[in-house]
Amino acid sequence: MRISASVPRSLLLAGAFIGVLSYGAVAQTASSAAPAAAQPLPPGSPMIGRPDNEAAQKLAPVAAPPIAAAADKLPMDKLKVPAGFNLEVYAAGMPNARSLALGDKGTVFVGSRTVDKVYAIVNKDGKREVKIIASGLYRPNGVAFKDGTLYIAELSKVSKIEKIEDNLDNPPKPTVIYDNLPKDEAHGWKFIAIGPDNKLYVPVGQPGNNVLHDKDHGQIRRINLDGSGAEVVAVGVRNTVGFDWNPETKQLYFTDNSRDWMSEDLPNDELNRVTKVGEHFGSPYCWQGNIPDPEFGWGHSCSEFTPPVGLMGPHAASLGMRFYTGKMFPQTFKNQAIIARHGSWNKTNKFGGDVVVAHLNKDGTVKNIEPIVTGFLQDNKYVGRPVDVMQMKDGSMLISDDWNGAVYRLSYGKAKVAAQ
Amino acid sequence: MRQITTIMAAFAFASLASSAQAAETVEQRAATCFACHGEHGQSEMENTPSLGGQQSPYALIQLFMFREKLRTFDPMNDITKPFTDADLQNFADFIAKIPKPQPPAEAGDPARMQKGLALAQQHRCNSCHNADFSGKENIPRLANQREDYLNKTLAEYKDNSRHGYDGTMADVMGEVPKEQIADLAYYISHYR
Repeated sequence: MRISASVPRSLLLAGAFIGVLSYGAVAQTASSAAPAAAQPLPPGSPMIGRPDNEAAQKLAPVAAPPIAAAADKLPMDKLKVPAGFNLEVYAAGMPNARSLALGDKGTVFVGSRTVDKVYAIVNKDGKREVKIIASGLYRPNGVAFKDGTLYIAELSKVSKIEKIEDNLDNPPKPTVIYDNLPKDEAHGWKFIAIGPDNKLYVPVGQPGNNVLHDKDHGQIRRINLDGSGAEVVAVGVRNTVGFDWNPETKQLYFTDNSRDWMSEDLPNDELNRVTKVGEHFGSPYCWQGNIPDPEFGWGHSCSEFTPPVGLMGPHAASLGMRFYTGKMFPQTFKNQAIIARHGSWNKTNKFGGDVVVAHLNKDGTVKNIEPIVTGFLQDNKYVGRPVDVMQMKDGSMLISDDWNGAVYRLSYGKAKVAAQ
Repeated sequence: MRQITTIMAAFAFASLASSAQAAETVEQRAATCFACHGEHGQSEMENTPSLGGQQSPYALIQLFMFREKLRTFDPMNDITKPFTDADLQNFADFIAKIPKPQPPAEAGDPARMQKGLALAQQHRCNSCHNADFSGKENIPRLANQREDYLNKTLAEYKDNSRHGYDGTMADVMGEVPKEQIADLAYYISHYR
């Protein structure tokens, strides 16, 4: 296998020669300048704001292991729930299990982000089985279900599979209904859901950590279920990966992840509420309703923007969020928001890695936040990371975990469901 | 390049046939890897990465992506096709233990090295890859990686023709001018 040895050597020489020619002039100035201060970052770099010190060097985005944990290797002994609640494995073996959607016939659909698959957890005679119903997709994070049809959101398109629950063993390929979307990797993956207005809500994240962007980014849109009639519902949205409608007011609530590299403890993630179409939620000018961005906040005031109804903690990565309307959990949970906090990376002492309930005041703002499932974070390391939460018909809640490729079932009071 | 690919595919095939015959150790099976990636962790083949000392979680992700065809390169897709999850993990752990690549014998051209250093500092490559480019966990070791492979990879991340496991490098490279890639690759490959 030495056949190529001569090729790269000659290429290398050619490269070196060109290098000398083009960089000679620059090199002179470079070597005479003090090497200490680094050049400013180019606009839009995800590193803007990051200090050049040892503490910051230790922080990097955390990637989930690619291989799903076996059902008997899940961290069930580490995950804690309040008295009266039970947590069990609902299904395992789905690498990078992300957003959840529930079919009419009880099938649970599970999207993914770092792999190309959508899974279906099928209930058959009390036994659950995982099927792959779509593959070869690009970051198919979002799933939604309505009237027999499954909707799937990839990085830059939304597609559907009709009558999916009748064709789980041999489903047709998804048909694209909407692809007028940017292709940015940063915050390009999507959570989707269908609102009480029977429209599909599709977010487009801000294309970077902290950037000024065009009118096609940093927003939530809604489209008709055939892909027509796109309309922007909210702007100033950095990256929402979970939303739901308040069952009493029908208002859209959404989690929004705030920027990195501003400080260890600020800004907080937001829980927002849309009260009128086109509202601006601040990003990238104002964070958490009261902190002007150090760069883009100049010339603006936080009072220009709609403040959040609740703060979700710094770098917490608050993702999936649904209102609890079931009868299984204690009465105090009724119509309250249950939120999965995936957990931080941009913080020395990691924060989040839990599922919480945000209790609301009468005016719809957050009164307090209480943990329900904790323990995903152990000794500042993840043993799991919750992504989405979804209520089942019996009032139990499913919780997805992309770190382990699993879905858990949180129930209250009654005996656990039969083991798989 | 096509010829090389064919030869590599042939190697892969030969190895598959033999691994079916008897249970081999990872060390024995790695002969196939070494044929292209170099025997001592250091690749001598064009555009083919050195594997030595690579972070195991990163190596696992790449092997998984090859198996799942989330990263496409025919010889690697073919080789990893029959791998079990345990195979992927074993090879990733094995790769992490072989010696890390050494810097080229001749020191880099000082002017270019300084330019590359300034760019690496400007773009905060040390943010994830560490100041000595040793990497950590899912972040790869870059130090003394082949210059041509670094050039190729950075360009592929920039135009997103190589899809990362997540979008981080596409995001980072999006703002790095194309003309700076050669100096970054030169500097990192010659890093001492």
